[in-house]
Amino acid sequence: MAVHANDVLLRVSEVSKIYTMGEVKVEALKQVSADFFAGELVVLLGASGSGKSTLLNIVGGLDVPTDGKILFNGREITAATEEELTVYRRESIGFVFQFYNLISSLTALENVQMVTEIAKNPMSAEEALRLVGLADRMHHFPAQLSGGEQQRVAIARAVAKRPELLLCDEPTGALDYKTGKLVLEVIRKVNGELGTTTFVITHNVSIAAMADRVVHMRSGEITEIERNERKVTPSELSW
Amino acid sequence: MKKLNRKLLRELMRMKGQMLAVAAVVACGISVFVAMSSVEYSLKTTRDSYYSEYRFADVFMRAKRAPESILESVRKIDGVASVRSRIVTDVTLDVPGLNEPASGRLVSMPDRKMPVLNDIFLREGRYIEAGHPEEVIASETFMKANGLRVGDRVGAVINGRWKDLVIVGKGLSPEYIYEVQPGSFFPDNRRFGVFWMSREALESALDMTGAFNDLSLTLAHGASEKDVIRRLDDMFRRYGSLGAYGRSEQLSDSFISDEIRQVGIQITVLPTIFLAVTVFLLNIVLKRLVSTQRDQIAVMKAVGYTNEEVGLHYLGFAMVPVVLGAVAGTAVGAWLGLRLTKVYQDFYAFVELIYSFRFEDVALSVVLSAGAALVGALGAVHGAVSLPPAEAMRPEAPTVYKPGFLDRRQFQEKIPVSIRIIVRNLERRRWKAALSVLMIAFAVAILVSGRYSYDAVDHIFKVELVEKHREDLTVVFNESKPRSVQYDLSSLDGVLQQEYYREESVRLINEHRSRRQSITGLKSVDGLRRLVDARNNPARLPEEGLLLSSKLAGILDVSRGDSLTVEFLQGKRRIVRVPVGGTIDEMLGLSAYMRIDNLDRLTGESGLVNAAYLRIDRDKAEKLFAELKEMPGVAGTSMLKAMQKSFRELIARSATTSTIVLTTFAGILAFAVVYNGARISLSERSRELSSLRVLGLTRREIAIILLGEQAVLTIVALPLGFLIGIGLSVLLALGLSSELYRMPVVFSSFNFVFALVAIVTVALFSGLMVRYRLDRLDLIAVLKTRE
Repeated sequence: MAVHANDVLLRVSEVSKIYTMGEVKVEALKQVSADFFAGELVVLLGASGSGKSTLLNIVGGLDVPTDGKILFNGREITAATEEELTVYRRESIGFVFQFYNLISSLTALENVQMVTEIAKNPMSAEEALRLVGLADRMHHFPAQLSGGEQQRVAIARAVAKRPELLLCDEPTGALDYKTGKLVLEVIRKVNGELGTTTFVITHNVSIAAMADRVVHMRSGEITEIERNERKVTPSELSW
Repeated sequence: MKKLNRKLLRELMRMKGQMLAVAAVVACGISVFVAMSSVEYSLKTTRDSYYSEYRFADVFMRAKRAPESILESVRKIDGVASVRSRIVTDVTLDVPGLNEPASGRLVSMPDRKMPVLNDIFLREGRYIEAGHPEEVIASETFMKANGLRVGDRVGAVINGRWKDLVIVGKGLSPEYIYEVQPGSFFPDNRRFGVFWMSREALESALDMTGAFNDLSLTLAHGASEKDVIRRLDDMFRRYGSLGAYGRSEQLSDSFISDEIRQVGIQITVLPTIFLAVTVFLLNIVLKRLVSTQRDQIAVMKAVGYTNEEVGLHYLGFAMVPVVLGAVAGTAVGAWLGLRLTKVYQDFYAFVELIYSFRFEDVALSVVLSAGAALVGALGAVHGAVSLPPAEAMRPEAPTVYKPGFLDRRQFQEKIPVSIRIIVRNLERRRWKAALSVLMIAFAVAILVSGRYSYDAVDHIFKVELVEKHREDLTVVFNESKPRSVQYDLSSLDGVLQQEYYREESVRLINEHRSRRQSITGLKSVDGLRRLVDARNNPARLPEEGLLLSSKLAGILDVSRGDSLTVEFLQGKRRIVRVPVGGTIDEMLGLSAYMRIDNLDRLTGESGLVNAAYLRIDRDKAEKLFAELKEMPGVAGTSMLKAMQKSFRELIARSATTSTIVLTTFAGILAFAVVYNGARISLSERSRELSSLRVLGLTRREIAIILLGEQAVLTIVALPLGFLIGIGLSVLLALGLSSELYRMPVVFSSFNFVFALVAIVTVALFSGLMVRYRLDRLDLIAVLKTRE
């Protein structure tokens, strides 16, 4: 999908986050600024402690910055109340976690329905599961699915509401090589077919090649934003 | 072990809400046990020492008139230890400050103070003096109820003559610990009192010189009460004996013995419930604890702690609440016991009801609770001990759900996902859910059965003191009067209607079973006095024979159509065979009714009556009362209104404490179960719930998922609790049923509404407390960790 410089979906400006842990202050983000555009696939790359998860949490409305602003579609989410953040997450954000976080008492289909029930304009849960290639495993419970399958259910759950922004935190972190690639393929497919702006957090450098842009982070700062001239498909990746 | 203890302490602090809830349940059980055991013990020891110190007799007998000389023969009866003859008579009293006539029982005492059977304790004043026939010692309860003091005067009509009695002392006797007018069940201390006065004075007033009409005796060790009674009956037949009887038929003693039996029942029921809940709670709380601490258990074992050390550590989590509960429960139990003792002191006239707090009871209840804790903890501790370290390091296998009830096609689409989560969780742990329901149901049942006794007493009140009565007062004569007395009564100014009846003392005999009883001969069953059964259905008097209360029929082992031998104990003392014409289910006492004409025929003495019901003109009451007070031959009068009032006061005094205690305890129980259930669910599912929050569910929506489960449990528990409560109440009614009264099985709708509101309130409160924690879920932390 073509990316237009003027379709700014998310503007991060001078965002800082300081955690107070006991008597120690940890500066997790230091005046970070960046613009992200509708439809692009961004990989946030950095070692553990680089601040990438903190940035993702703030962008996703799970956390609030100590300083700075975040504008989503021109609206400032950093000034939102707890209730408004819930609505923001509910309507605009899709989350994929490292450990899937499925509801163990619900089947794959029901896990997705959990979200489609409360979303404004969702696709059907079946459609979402077809999208991730799990049409035939819909009625299985999480305990009956492999890790890769569980993660694909999580992706289906995240995209079923047609979010504007899909946030994936180490989506392959708990998966083996082959399954990991399969999951990344699904993420690429969602980004490509639905045009959902997607952030993938990883410390795996090889994954960066599938992104439109790669944001490098270190010690709470963005050290470099690089544009991939040639995006590769996940099947071409190797690590 | 030191560091492990520190871990124990810190984690207990972190789980303080849950642990305090468990401790509170333990405390409830221990306090009920300690309170009721100590009350039972206090009542028993106080009664026994009172009986022995004041020489309460073993066998009693009333006669018409027996010569003093016969006492020698009585003493010679095998098994008789000591004997006392007395003169006892019932009179009408004129009490200062009381409009209506009161009734007094005059009991003779030796002119000089000496140890006698059925002795009196002098609370105040002095003993009567020889040569002062007007002096009396009045019962403490009567003086208190009427605000009388030593030195006050009370008027009495003795054998048709007006006498002024001077109160010189305030006394109590083991014979009248429960001081109630003969034939009544409810004490009315304003209108009935016992007076002890000089034997000489009574002899001359009643023309009984050298004679007596009341005998009491004690038995030698190992003597047969039955044999002695038979000998007495033979010996006193010609002196108009009404039949000798033992302590079990002595009114005051049967009330107290019944009371002690009731307390005994309560010692077992409630603490058992609380123990069961303790086992359950510790089981679920500790199992969850061990499962969240798998990695820690692995580390402990890896660094070399033994299985015993690890086991004891987790056992500590169970024992700490028991110790806390024991301390609090003992304190509350001691206080509660003292409170209840004070209530009993209002009912029973003891010299001093000494509250004895026994450490054996505390020790026993602590041992039982610790045992319960051990049982509850065992499963979890075993789990911790048996876990191999390597396996413990790995996370627990994910919970496996299987398609269940909800996955049938017809439900698939219609039910919201959040409801499906609730139902699946309940389905998956159906045993735990069932037990939770049972425990909450216990709380409901405690409330229902606790309030049941008030419903029952209220029903007794309505039927026995309201529905049965259309009269205003009852007049009882000293001895049988000719039926023409009705004209005397009717001619009194203010009497609107009168209805006489006849009571005859008899012995009812069926083979080896026999019973001293009075037969009431009635003119009608729907006049001033209505004859109705326990359900307030009107009863019919059989054309022929007796109508027996079911309890009496049971004691004599007869039913409708059988025949009984009736031995009349007064007048011509005939012995006749009488058919049982029917039975009637009554709640109070034992009774035998028949048509008054039939009674006349059977006794061979027609036209006699010994009591009457009166309906009066309230405006003329005062003047009428004054006349009744001086009417000769009146042994006593009882006022319906006054009886109703004193009954209500009696119930009100005793109801408050136990209502508060039972409601609090049931509330604690329900809270502990619901709160712990929700806390454990929260701990098990915080990750899941946080994920849902991240996905955009509101706090409210995830609260519904978590607390919905507890709500379902509570809702299911309510009807079950009602059923268990009804069952417990029926058991209670059976257990408390005695010759004195039978508790009817009746429930007011208020009872159920009260239980429902109380339990729902408690459930909501525990829900809110968990909701508070739910609102503070750390969304980020939860996502970063693996289960």
